[in-house]
Amino acid sequence: MSTHEDVLSSENLPHEPERATLEGKNKFMGFWFFLGGETVLFASLFGTYLALKNSFGEAEGTPSQDLFGLPLVFIMTMILLTSSLTSVYAIYHMKNHAFKKMMVWFGITVLLGAAFLGLEVYEFNHYVHDYGHTFTAHAFGSAFYALVGFHGAHVAFGLGWFIVLMIRNARRGLNLYNAPKFYLASLYWHFIDVVWVFIFTVVYLMGKVG
Amino acid sequence: MADNTNSNIHDQFHKEKHKEEMKHQVITFAMMIAFTIIAFGLVAGDFSKLFVVPIILVLAAVQVLFQLYYFMHLNQKGHEMPALMIYSGVFAAVLTILALTTITWI
Repeated sequence: MSTHEDVLSSENLPHEPERATLEGKNKFMGFWFFLGGETVLFASLFGTYLALKNSFGEAEGTPSQDLFGLPLVFIMTMILLTSSLTSVYAIYHMKNHAFKKMMVWFGITVLLGAAFLGLEVYEFNHYVHDYGHTFTAHAFGSAFYALVGFHGAHVAFGLGWFIVLMIRNARRGLNLYNAPKFYLASLYWHFIDVVWVFIFTVVYLMGKVG
Repeated sequence: MADNTNSNIHDQFHKEKHKEEMKHQVITFAMMIAFTIIAFGLVAGDFSKLFVVPIILVLAAVQVLFQLYYFMHLNQKGHEMPALMIYSGVFAAVLTILALTTITWI
């Protein structure tokens, strides 16, 4: 006879613990539904940015070619891409029921995400103080910060999510209750990377080309 | 006892499968990095805009598909509904971007 507690413990977790319970399955479906919605949300910000990226007065605005610097964006892109891989490693260890290794890789993911966020803060600070490129300066500024800032807010939220999950479950070990939670947090993190791929292409690279 | 051995073999099978999966994901990552470097290189080099923009957009789209299918496991079974949801999102996203860039703000 196995009790409720036994079923949930680490030693005898089923294959794919993230979708082994009804709750896990529902969360999985619900989260993908949410990601579909997020796609449209970001699309409206991208559409706004594309339409307004050249809307600034002669005197007050810096064209995107002069504003953006590729080296910083390249470093940020590499950091975020790598953090996507480290969370893949974390989920790999989750599927093998290796809780400690999973936590280590999520920890590395959090550090990389924090580095990305730090660089983004530095970048925005640079634009505001050296170019007068602010949220309220012109439509280009508003559209830029709305899009890139909203992505940055997603990164910040993702970091908070990982940290809370890791602290809350530090001593619990992996079980059927928290496996879906870790899995969804990693899906969210990949989605942030998906959005960033379009941001660096559409905003920075296309902005640099003109 | 028999049960245990059985589950160990089972475990071993899954571990091998996960390893195989991980190998694909690392290859995917290497390709994503390569695509990113190509995209940045094209922009840094002095090429015509009409040549560069379509290529970097295609590179971005392929990278995103890699991310969705390998990193987010859309290639695994039981992902029909997630695929439907994300593609519905993409469909609405394309309409949104078209409308905003051609009608609303211009």
